[in-house]
Amino acid sequence: MMEPNTTATAIEPAVVCRGVSKTFGDGDSKVHALRGVDIEVLPGAISLLVGPSGCGKTTLISIVAGLLDPTDGEVHVLGHRIDAMKSRHLVPFRGENIGFVFQQYNLLPALTAAENAAVPLLVAGWRRGKAVRKAREVLDAVGLADRANALPSQLSGGQQQRVAIARALVHDPRLLVCDEPTAALDAKSGQNVMELFSRVAVQNDRAVIIVTHDNRVFHFGERIFHMSDGRIERVEGRGERGARSGEDIR
Amino acid sequence: MSWLALKMLTGDRAKFVGLIFGVAFSTLLMAQQVSVFIGIVKRSASQIYDVRDADIWVMDNKVRFIDEAPGLPDSDLLRVRGVEGVDWAVKLYKGQVRARLEDGNFRNVMLHGLDDASLVGAPVDFVAGSLADLRRPNAVIVDENGYHYMWPGEPIQIGREFEMNDRRAVLVGVCKVSAPFTTLPVLYTRYNEARHYVPRERNLMNFVLAKPAEGFTADQVAEKIEASTGLMALSKEGFVVKTIKYFLSSTGIPVNFGITISLGFIVGAAVAGQTFYLFTIENLKQFGSLKAMGVSNLRIAGMILLQAWFVGLLGYGIGIGLSALFFEATANIPHLAGIFMGWQAMTGVGLAVGMIVALAGMLSMRRVWVLEPAVVFRG
Repeated sequence: MMEPNTTATAIEPAVVCRGVSKTFGDGDSKVHALRGVDIEVLPGAISLLVGPSGCGKTTLISIVAGLLDPTDGEVHVLGHRIDAMKSRHLVPFRGENIGFVFQQYNLLPALTAAENAAVPLLVAGWRRGKAVRKAREVLDAVGLADRANALPSQLSGGQQQRVAIARALVHDPRLLVCDEPTAALDAKSGQNVMELFSRVAVQNDRAVIIVTHDNRVFHFGERIFHMSDGRIERVEGRGERGARSGEDIR
Repeated sequence: MSWLALKMLTGDRAKFVGLIFGVAFSTLLMAQQVSVFIGIVKRSASQIYDVRDADIWVMDNKVRFIDEAPGLPDSDLLRVRGVEGVDWAVKLYKGQVRARLEDGNFRNVMLHGLDDASLVGAPVDFVAGSLADLRRPNAVIVDENGYHYMWPGEPIQIGREFEMNDRRAVLVGVCKVSAPFTTLPVLYTRYNEARHYVPRERNLMNFVLAKPAEGFTADQVAEKIEASTGLMALSKEGFVVKTIKYFLSSTGIPVNFGITISLGFIVGAAVAGQTFYLFTIENLKQFGSLKAMGVSNLRIAGMILLQAWFVGLLGYGIGIGLSALFFEATANIPHLAGIFMGWQAMTGVGLAVGMIVALAGMLSMRRVWVLEPAVVFRG
């Protein structure tokens, strides 16, 4: 097991995982998705979680986002130990503090872009009119002000992902969790989306975790957690990558 | 979140319309069949309802329903009149006879022989002629639907003659009555005329109609009559219930209608349940996203229940509306006359539709309830 990746900075980590394991099934069909993962994710930067399919990226991000319980280990998010949190506390905690961007966007087809972006605010109990007004502001920030009234079916893949990003940011969460946000996009749209993350999502008090296996976007990551077979194999900082040849990292 | 639930529901127009159609069709089927059932059952007692001036029916104590009453000796009338609490009592004959028309055709008819003096039990609503004409020799009155049954396609014409038991009968009036259980014409004549129209029997009178004196209820007097004469005496309502119970227990009506109504329920439950369930399954990712974004299971359940109730309410409204239109459109068709959708049918069907949507909602809710929000991260 790797030692927790601690940094010399005084910044409080947004996410700390210690010895996190996850198994699915039991007996002969038991699958070890995570095997004692230790990570720390700092706010104010994009952290990438990379690795081959089946290495445990999605399981880890699900646990970090409070969507899945670990079999073993501790998960601290924004100072709260969420693996020990009861569901009635965890659900509102997630709604208040975590923003999600999904690979397939998961926009509600019957809602306009602005209404989709307003969903987290509606979940938080905002009135619809006020929530949609706020959502329009965020859509403006992601460059979609003119498409606010369009339905998802009327938007391109890149535009839908930008709506999804607006939805993830509209309630100003302190942790943004993104699963393969560029996987369904062409290279140019993928670059645009990642630039958007760098420009709009990254804030001093917000941590951004992006699961990806798209090495064309690795350079957007401040830190890259390489995963293999349910373990963190290697952690790279931006400086370390700059000294390398760039074969596997951009 | 209610707004969000309804937007999700109505977003896919085709599925939404399918859902509404399923519930509406089921509602229509159930409401229509329940109403026809209630109407037909009520018809079995319609001739009891139509005797408005007497509150007590006295008959042989083995009678099971109105169309199966043997004759009573005339002395029974006097015995009834002698019971304390009886204000007045008159005789009534009611039975089936065969009428031979001018062209030689025969029709079975339901003949009522009314007390000559009082004409108790006579119809009150006339299309042609009047009750006073019934006092003329050989006079008979027929109900409007019965007239068209006896002389199809012909305009109403007073003075027509026909025969019953080889005795001349003259039509002096056409009246409106509640539709009978069978399609037989309902004829009225005086009791003493009926003597000639009915094939010879030892006793003709098969009912005594009575009115309780002031200070007595119909049930009280009926009890006294039974105790005093050994005959069966029932209040009007009691006789209605007895007759309806007979038809329900001794005919295939409840079973046949029950099957159709059950089919309506099953079809409705299957169509609405399956469509709603599929709608939820197709939206699992969306529900998963909402759960990930902090929507609790309880709120999700509320959203699904709201969707289910919205579908139920709309489908029920449309189905009931269509059913009402059906009965409005068929109000003047003799075979469906008097059959309408009452509050009982609307309430019963409403409860059934409520069960359908509740079942559909719960089935769907269970899938969402056990859904792991982490599903949103699975491609």
